[in-house]
Amino acid sequence: MTGTALASPSVACAVDKEAPVLRERGQREVFCGLTGIIWLHRKIQDAFFLVVGSRTCAHLIQSAAGVMIFAEPRFATAIMGEKDLAGLTDANEELDRAVEKLLARRPDIKLLFLVGSCPSEVIKLDLSRAAERLSATHAPDVRVLNYSGSGIETTFTQGEDACLAAMVPTFPAEPADSEKSLMVVGTLPDVVEDQFRRLFDELGIESMQFLPPRHSTEPPTVGKNTRFLLAQPFLAETARALEERGAERIAAPFPFGAEGTTSWLRAAANEWQVSRERFAAVTETKRRRAELSLERYRDRLNGQRIFFFPDSQLEIPMARFLSRELGMELIEVGTPYLHRHHLADELSMLPETVVLSEGQDVERQLDRCRSAKPDLVVCGLGLANPLETEGLATKWSIELLFTPTHGYEQAGDLAELFARPLRRREKLRV
Amino acid sequence: MELTLWTYEGPPHVGAMRIATAMKDVHYVLHAPQGDTYADLLFTMIERLPDRPPVTYTTFEARDLGGDTAEIFKNAVAEAYDRFQPRAILVGASCTAELIQDDPGGLGRALGLPIPVVPLELPAYQRKENWGTAETFYQIVRAFAGANAPEAGTERPPRPADKRASCNILGATALGFRHRDDVREISGLLRRMGVEINVTAPLGARPADIARLGEADFNVVLYPETAGLAATWLERTFRQPSTKTVPIGVGATREFIDEVLELAGLDSARLPDDELTRLPWFSRSVDSTYLTGKRVFVFGDATHVAAAARVAQHELGFSVVGLGTYTREYAREVRAVAEELGLEALITDDYLEVEATIKELQPELVLGTQMERHIAKRLGISCAVISAPVHVQDFPARYSPQMGFEGANVLFDDWVHPLMMGLEEHLLGMFREDFEFNDHSVPSHLANAGSVQSAPDLEQQMVTSPAAGETAISGVWSLEAEEELRKIPFFVRGKARRNTEKFAAMNHVDVITVETLYDAKAHFGR
Repeated sequence: MTGTALASPSVACAVDKEAPVLRERGQREVFCGLTGIIWLHRKIQDAFFLVVGSRTCAHLIQSAAGVMIFAEPRFATAIMGEKDLAGLTDANEELDRAVEKLLARRPDIKLLFLVGSCPSEVIKLDLSRAAERLSATHAPDVRVLNYSGSGIETTFTQGEDACLAAMVPTFPAEPADSEKSLMVVGTLPDVVEDQFRRLFDELGIESMQFLPPRHSTEPPTVGKNTRFLLAQPFLAETARALEERGAERIAAPFPFGAEGTTSWLRAAANEWQVSRERFAAVTETKRRRAELSLERYRDRLNGQRIFFFPDSQLEIPMARFLSRELGMELIEVGTPYLHRHHLADELSMLPETVVLSEGQDVERQLDRCRSAKPDLVVCGLGLANPLETEGLATKWSIELLFTPTHGYEQAGDLAELFARPLRRREKLRV
Repeated sequence: MELTLWTYEGPPHVGAMRIATAMKDVHYVLHAPQGDTYADLLFTMIERLPDRPPVTYTTFEARDLGGDTAEIFKNAVAEAYDRFQPRAILVGASCTAELIQDDPGGLGRALGLPIPVVPLELPAYQRKENWGTAETFYQIVRAFAGANAPEAGTERPPRPADKRASCNILGATALGFRHRDDVREISGLLRRMGVEINVTAPLGARPADIARLGEADFNVVLYPETAGLAATWLERTFRQPSTKTVPIGVGATREFIDEVLELAGLDSARLPDDELTRLPWFSRSVDSTYLTGKRVFVFGDATHVAAAARVAQHELGFSVVGLGTYTREYAREVRAVAEELGLEALITDDYLEVEATIKELQPELVLGTQMERHIAKRLGISCAVISAPVHVQDFPARYSPQMGFEGANVLFDDWVHPLMMGLEEHLLGMFREDFEFNDHSVPSHLANAGSVQSAPDLEQQMVTSPAAGETAISGVWSLEAEEELRKIPFFVRGKARRNTEKFAAMNHVDVITVETLYDAKAHFGR
């Protein structure tokens, strides 16, 4: 984790080599990593997520998910009671029993994640040992893995990072003599995966895989011939785990907007030495189409001032896209963590005047936001309506995770997410 | 360890937030890890409150655990006081902070703030949201009203003859099901009866108002789950009696009025006779005949379930076929209601158990919470929400109380509306082979495309796979009988199948024929 750990809420202004970053430590108005289960459990269709935690954890997931949108979810919480706190032996036995009950109910489950929470970590319940034990019991039908989605360890999207990182060591090794293969890392909607697959195929990169896989029984292979592209900016641990298996990251900006998508695809094309002509032939029409789709929003968004509260770590790529492709003016771009290495290309594309902030003291940040009077504020669900009450237009950041936003065909939809709150305010006469 | 898919109640500190958010000039400093701020969205998104809840979280992280988390907490309290200038601060811990044992109460007091600091001990691994709500309200009442308590054993002086009777209205919180509208409805009713309202709490109350609670002659307890504990203490300390009837439904509202008249020492002449309820006439009108005996399942918090069972059974003429609650604290009361109806109450907070019960009973209407709405949707059964937990659509823009006479009007509309309308139901039964108007049709006044597909799918599932225990006792269906069964409207088909199989088992019929089907129909009635 980056940032200076200060005992008390305070502001520290650190001047980095590259760009100054405002670092704060105070109340963080963010989700914990458990939230990622909401999209992960739909993506990996034979996986089940069992949070080992408290009633708060169960309440968080169902509240963040908009309460029960799915018929029967592939997640649940094993809620710890007093007895579990009293003795860890009991807690382990209880956990085994809960897993047994769960697997009896859902025989279709092939991969079970035990997800650590704040209370399970504070009482030092060792879920990796529990996962090993349960894997042995339920092999070969079910594999059991564990990761932490706790708020003390993870912020919002870091839960996905921890989950994917936990899967990497289980992937089969690719044969040593295999050809160079591409892995796209980060949960993408199926429709976006299909679009990317077609693009890479047209570029002649035939051997390609996605992480996470749609089914745990069809895991990607990994080895020293694997090159991976991150599709999301919050996957530090997953990247590290892949690198440990010999895979190499292809540095690139993230595939948001026409420019971002082109640069992202080009990074892979360069790695495969795709000719300039072929790259243009494959991408040109689609890039133009994406630009055309953005054209519609440029008038509306150009010159509008935007303020980002930290939330998903998508803030910096979004800020880059909005400032370069739509002409928005960046006031403050907050991010829960700033991963300079993975974001190097993104950071170099931001205007020099941008104020970056890392971590949060929500009250002070709200003060800055109010005095800056931005045209649009990107923030979490807890802050959106209160800011609207104060007269500020807001965009909930969680929508950036819940809607298809990557790639050429979604560039216009992404712009629409930011334009809609502004258009709506113009439209309303009440 | 308890395996849970969905939970009816949040943790107890969310209960405390419901009190703090309902009140004014109160701030709650919660020792909690990063991520627990999710609870803000319950209020800003689900209830659509325009302001952030008055809650400061310490949001500690792993790196803080090795250091001084107590210091972080103290700073958070001090900063919250400086910034928000509340008249009282509540301090407490969420589940994780409870484990690190920093003693928020002691730390908060040690700061020597010029305002009262109320420590909340809400054991997160034993208790739940409603308990937290009740306990927090009780602690606040003790802290602020306690100072004005008469000496123990003092009799309450009689009310001066020239002073009007007054009461407090207790129990309404933030995030409560229709609490805002119930308070308005009951306040109006009490005023029209000539009763003064001293304080409404916690909703809208300041600490200074809580201090004045003892001045009222009696308390109106709208929601025993949240205000019961405080009301008991007030009764003991100030000799203030409380109302026992929750005024949901016409009968209960009338009883409530009688109770208030008695407590306020008023005669009934003071009540204007133009109090308007349409429920009795609507229920007696001929169009409502089709409501007779509709099978209803009721589930939710204890207060709403007990009231709903009575209204459903006696004021709408439904048949309550099952009821239950997730409020274990009031299980006894709900069991008593069930017993009166010849039923056994389902006391559980296990969503799956409730689902299994509904599946088995196959009611025509479910009165439940947001959870039961989803269960009912999956099973293709009509549903109306009567209790928390609720979703954004259960905070309607319009005035929509559950209590009092207007509340009874709302109940009629909300519970009858999801059902198939009278004559339409008959036409469906008669002309079920009409290609545009068949089993797959939803009620014509409900344009809900989703249920067009889900209802028959589910019914299929229910018909072809009866509960495991029943297969053993049922005879084998002949092809003709299966075909005949399919002609029965889908919303009663499951029940017809069950009854027929039960009848077959009782009479040792091995093969169920068309005759068995009609024998069973004659035996059981519809």
